[in-house]
Amino acid sequence: MPKPMSTHQDTVRAYWRANLRLIGIYLGIWFAASYGCGILFVDLLDQYSLFGYPLGFWFAQQGSIYVFVLIVWGYMFSMNRLDKQYDVQE
Amino acid sequence: MSQFAINLLFVGASFALYIGIAVWARAGSTKEFYVAGGGVNPVTNGMATAADWMSAASFISMAGLLSVGYVNSSFLMGWTGGYVLLAMLLAPYLRKFGKFTVPDFIGDRFYSQGARLTAVVCLIIMSVTYVIGQMTGAGVAFSRFLEVSSSAGIWIAAAIVFIYAVFGGMKGITYTQVAQYVVLIVAYTIPAVFISLQLTGNPIPMFGMFSEHTESGLPLLQKLDEVVRELGFRDYTADVDNKLNMVLFTLSLMIGTAGLPHVIIRFFTVPKVSDARWSAGWTLIFIAILYLTAPAVASMARLNLLTTIYPDGPTQPALEYADRPDWVKTWETTGLIRFEDKNNDGRIQMYADTTPAGIAIAQERGWEGNELVVNNDILVLANPEIANLPPWVIGLIAAGGIAAALSTAAGLLLAISSAISHDLIKNIINPKISEKGEMLAARISMGGAILLATYLGLNPPGFAAQVVALAFGIAAASLFPALMMGIFSKRVNSKGAIAGMLTGLIATLLYIFTFLGWFFIPGTATLANTPDNWLFGISPLSFGAVGAMLNFAVAYGISMMTEEPPQEIQDLVESVRSPHGAGGAVSH
Repeated sequence: MPKPMSTHQDTVRAYWRANLRLIGIYLGIWFAASYGCGILFVDLLDQYSLFGYPLGFWFAQQGSIYVFVLIVWGYMFSMNRLDKQYDVQE
Repeated sequence: MSQFAINLLFVGASFALYIGIAVWARAGSTKEFYVAGGGVNPVTNGMATAADWMSAASFISMAGLLSVGYVNSSFLMGWTGGYVLLAMLLAPYLRKFGKFTVPDFIGDRFYSQGARLTAVVCLIIMSVTYVIGQMTGAGVAFSRFLEVSSSAGIWIAAAIVFIYAVFGGMKGITYTQVAQYVVLIVAYTIPAVFISLQLTGNPIPMFGMFSEHTESGLPLLQKLDEVVRELGFRDYTADVDNKLNMVLFTLSLMIGTAGLPHVIIRFFTVPKVSDARWSAGWTLIFIAILYLTAPAVASMARLNLLTTIYPDGPTQPALEYADRPDWVKTWETTGLIRFEDKNNDGRIQMYADTTPAGIAIAQERGWEGNELVVNNDILVLANPEIANLPPWVIGLIAAGGIAAALSTAAGLLLAISSAISHDLIKNIINPKISEKGEMLAARISMGGAILLATYLGLNPPGFAAQVVALAFGIAAASLFPALMMGIFSKRVNSKGAIAGMLTGLIATLLYIFTFLGWFFIPGTATLANTPDNWLFGISPLSFGAVGAMLNFAVAYGISMMTEEPPQEIQDLVESVRSPHGAGGAVSH
C-alpha cells in the first residue's frame, strides 16, 4: 500500500495514473480478444480446434463476449480496490 | 385455444404488466422524470440498461444477419465490445459529473452553448433514426402475430409507450424496462433451448452450436458448412477477404454504440459512482445471455431452413412448392417470404445464384435463379414455427419482440425529450423556467417525440438501412470522441471540441452521401456503392471509425494551438476523475 499523499490533489492524480494503467491493460485484452483473435488472426486460429471447432470462429462469436464480461467485472473489482487504496470513495 | 388467442393472451398480459408498473411509478419531480430519482439499485438498473441496449434490431434482426456466416460476427463483437468502452471510459465519470443529460456534460465541460447545441442536434438525429427502427419492428411483430395491420400495430405500440413514458418519465421507463428484459430474454432463450435439443441433444444453445448434429453425427458447424457449400454459398465459418473493412466496421459499431445517449443516461439513475460500475457489470451479463445465444439461433435456424427446403439433402431435388409447410404460407402473406418458380419445375430451389460455384451448380441441375427470398427479420420470429414448437412458444416470441422494441423506444424517447426540455429550453432558451414548467415541457416534448416517431414508423423513409448507417456514423464520429476527450484530457478546449465534432460529423456525412445519395435522395450518389470505389476498401457503414479518428486529431490539434481551458474547467475534469464527494444527480 502506498502512503497517503500529502495533498488531496496529489492523491487524485496518483489515483488517476493507476486508473489509466488499468484501463490500458484491460483495453489491451479487449483488443486482443476481439480484433486479434476474432478478426486479424482468425485464419491462423481456425487451424486449431476447440472440441473439434475452428478456434478463430469461436472467438469471434463466443470467446470475445466471455472475455468482455471478464474485463468489465475485473475492472470493477480493481477500481473498488483502488478507491479504497487511495481513499477516494464516496 | 387458437394460436391467435394464445398470442393475444401473452401480449395482452405483458401490456397489462407494463401499464400496472406505469401507474405505480408516476414521476412527481424533474429528478424523477429525468433520472428516476437517482436511487435505482445497480442490479435493477443493469436489467433496465440491458433492455434499453437490446433493440428490435438485436432481438428480431441480428440472428438473421448472423446466419449469413462469419462475416457478420462484427455485429456481435461490436454491440458487446462497445459496452466495454462505455463501462470503462464513460459511465463512471459521467455519473460522477452528476447532471441529467449528455449535452449537459458537453456544454459544461467545453464551457460553450455552441458545443451544447451541437450535442443536442447530434443526439436528436441519432435517436430519431433509432426510434424509426423500433416502431417498424413493433409493427412487424403486431401485424404477424395479432392479425392487425402494421399501422394499427404501430398506433397500439405508441399508445402503450405514451402511457408509461409521459406519466412515469425515467422512473416509469426504468421499472417497465426491467419487466421487458425478463419477457424478452425468456422469449429469446426458450425457443433456442428447444431447437438446440432437437438438433444436438444439448439444452444449452451456446454449447449446442459447438457440439454434434444428432442426425448426421457430424459437428453442427461442419454439417452446416457442407450443406451451404453444396448450394454455392460461402462456407459458414469462412474468413473474409477485406479485413481492414471488417475491423473498421466493428470499431464503428463499438464506438457508435458506446456513444448512444439513451444508454449513457441510464447510469445517471444509480446512487453512487461505484454503483455505476456494478451496474455496468450486471448489464453486460444480462446482455451477454442474448448475444451468446444469437449465433446458436442463427446457425441452427439456417440449417433447419435448408433442411426444410431440401428434405433429402442439398444434392437431392428440392421441396415441391405444393408441399410447403404452413409457416411458409403464413409468412408469404406478410411478404417477408417470396417464392417465384423461375424454372417452372414446381420445386423451391434456394441457392447462391451470384457466386461462380452457385452458377456452376445451377447449370448442372437446370436451375434458373434463386427462387426463395427470405427476409432476415423473420428468422427469429418464425423460428418456433420452423422447428414445430408448441403454440405458447410462438405467443412468447410475439411478446418478446414487442418488449425489445418498446423498451428501446422508450429510452430513446426520454433522451430526445430531455434534450429538448432540459438542454434546449431550460439551459439555452429560458433558464428561468420553473420546475413545474420544465416538467410540463418534458411531458409535451415526450408526447411530440412519440407522435413524430409514430409518423415516421407509419411512413418509414425508403432508405431505412442507409439511415441506420447514418445513426452509427454520427454517434461514433461526434459524441463518443467529445465525451472521451472531455474526461481524459484537460487540455482540449471549446474551440477544439467543436471543431472536432463538426469535422467528424461532416466527414462522415460526406462519405456516406457520396455512396448512398445526397441526403439519401435516390439516384444522387456521386459514386456507385461498390468496393472498387470505396476509399481503401472502407464501406460507408464502416466510416464512423475514421470520422472518430478525425474528430480526435482535429480537436487535439486545434486545442494545442489555442489557449488552455479556464482553471475551473480543469478543476471540473479533476473532480470527475475521482469518485470522492459524488452526490445524486442534480439539475444545477
